[in-house]
Amino acid sequence: MKLKSFLILAVAMTFCFSASVVSAGNLVIKGSTTVLPIAQKVAEAYMKQNPDVKISISGGGSGNGIKALIDGSTDIADSSRFIKDKEVELAVEKGEYPVPFAVAYDCIVPVVHPSNPVMNLTMEQLKAVYQGEVKNWKEVGGPDRPIVVISRDTSSGTYEVWHKKVMKEERVFPGALLQASNGAIVQAVSKNKNAVGYIGLGYIDKSVKPLTVNGITGSKETTLNGTYPISRPLYMFTNGWPKGDTVNFINFVVHPQKGQKYVGEAGFVPLF
Amino acid sequence: MAKAHRKGKNRQQRERAIRVLFFGVALASITTLTLIVVFLFMEGLPILGKVSVKDFLFGHYWYPTDEPPDFGIFPLMVASLAVTVVSSLVSIPLGVMTAVYLAEVASSRIREWMKPIVELLAALPSVVIGFFGMVVVAPFLQRVFDIPTGLNLFNASLMLAFMSVPTICTLSEDAIFGVSRELKEASLALGATHWETIARVVIPASLSGICTAVILGMSRAIGETMVVLMVAGGAGLVPHSLFDPVRPMPASIAAEMAEAPFRSDHYHALFATGIVLFAFTLLFNLVADHIAHRYKQVGAATL
Repeated sequence: MKLKSFLILAVAMTFCFSASVVSAGNLVIKGSTTVLPIAQKVAEAYMKQNPDVKISISGGGSGNGIKALIDGSTDIADSSRFIKDKEVELAVEKGEYPVPFAVAYDCIVPVVHPSNPVMNLTMEQLKAVYQGEVKNWKEVGGPDRPIVVISRDTSSGTYEVWHKKVMKEERVFPGALLQASNGAIVQAVSKNKNAVGYIGLGYIDKSVKPLTVNGITGSKETTLNGTYPISRPLYMFTNGWPKGDTVNFINFVVHPQKGQKYVGEAGFVPLF
Repeated sequence: MAKAHRKGKNRQQRERAIRVLFFGVALASITTLTLIVVFLFMEGLPILGKVSVKDFLFGHYWYPTDEPPDFGIFPLMVASLAVTVVSSLVSIPLGVMTAVYLAEVASSRIREWMKPIVELLAALPSVVIGFFGMVVVAPFLQRVFDIPTGLNLFNASLMLAFMSVPTICTLSEDAIFGVSRELKEASLALGATHWETIARVVIPASLSGICTAVILGMSRAIGETMVVLMVAGGAGLVPHSLFDPVRPMPASIAAEMAEAPFRSDHYHALFATGIVLFAFTLLFNLVADHIAHRYKQVGAATL
């Protein structure tokens, strides 16, 4: 009998403890894989300063993040695009009001194999290449080799920017190869001397060569002063105006000396 | 006496409890799977309100995010079938011949070694095979055949063949090994050589098992996602050559589902693609089942 009451007490205490952990602050962040490295770095720094707050972060894509925000399974949704009308409708139907916070800028850069002598492509040339009209590198001042066009899956945020800014809402031709992530594009381009792809500024490494667009190098400066043509803001969405830990975290993210420092470290362009 | 009676009753109760337990477990797993199928259809069918079945299955363009969107999965279906057929051209001879070797030719010591190794190959994660195809095979193909890209139909088929060989081999080997001793001995007694016995007696006798193995191997290939996502290239075109990049259905679903807005047309279209994929694998499995029953060897004398 004694043992039984002791057990009950132990169970009750465990519940109390786990409940108190929950109330001490749990943040869930989901969404765009583009924003993921920012969220990770910032969250690490935030948790170091606020050890009682636990932040769990997962990717899954902008759409999934907003989906999760609407059905209440996340506090913050990362998104590499602005929320769509249909998603707003869905949220409003449930009586929720997603609030956007721009947290960084992304700049998307065309990349080729390091052995490719081509240095620059104009927006028109890029469009023609991705429409399948220009099929050989010699047509844009390179060697006589076929161009292997690598694009992203049509539902990624990166594709959306490319589609809007470079393609002017016209279609990437169906013969373009598809890769499902920035990393996969780097991998594919670095293994193929005929290839051209596009990735976020933060994903450029030595294995691929970034091209200039209209003669402008994609960089922090050219993105912020608006001269680089293929760039976009990145967002974090909250459900209604944020409160408690969520607002503290958002404030931390957009703070010039705190969160924004890590945005730069993650390879993106900070707001300031 | 009364004690023994009680004991008997207890045992009966336990027996009944166990039966209920097992029934419950079986029911739970079957219900879950059924619900998944129901869910698949519930999420996939609404797209038919937007596009006709004909446009969906035979449309040549897959631009789900454009305005207006195009939901034609014909190139995706052709790609799935193409990688499956090409990979079976590689995996069936390899798998079946290895099985014949293991069951009939190899000494029992080699057999004891080889069989677990082949079975272990089945455990290779598909992402590892995909990575191998992407990093090693693709540049190799590109260099050797001087083609624009090594991420293509051929590469994907090869990698899928690697994945289905263990399935085909293990299952065929079981079938061949199961051919009764009397049959083989009768054949040898009639003066047939070892090779003649294998070709004319053992293989025909185990044909239904081999066919089942082949079809299960193929359905593994058609449903495989990671490999085709990584090495098939992903161009939404009907392939004209063995070295064209293709985008099989699972690759499209895996690449796009994460970012498709919830309950949008794109989302429903991806689920509908899943239904088509399900129909393909279901068909394969039904055929396998049919063959297994139709040509089942009953006893030693039915040949």
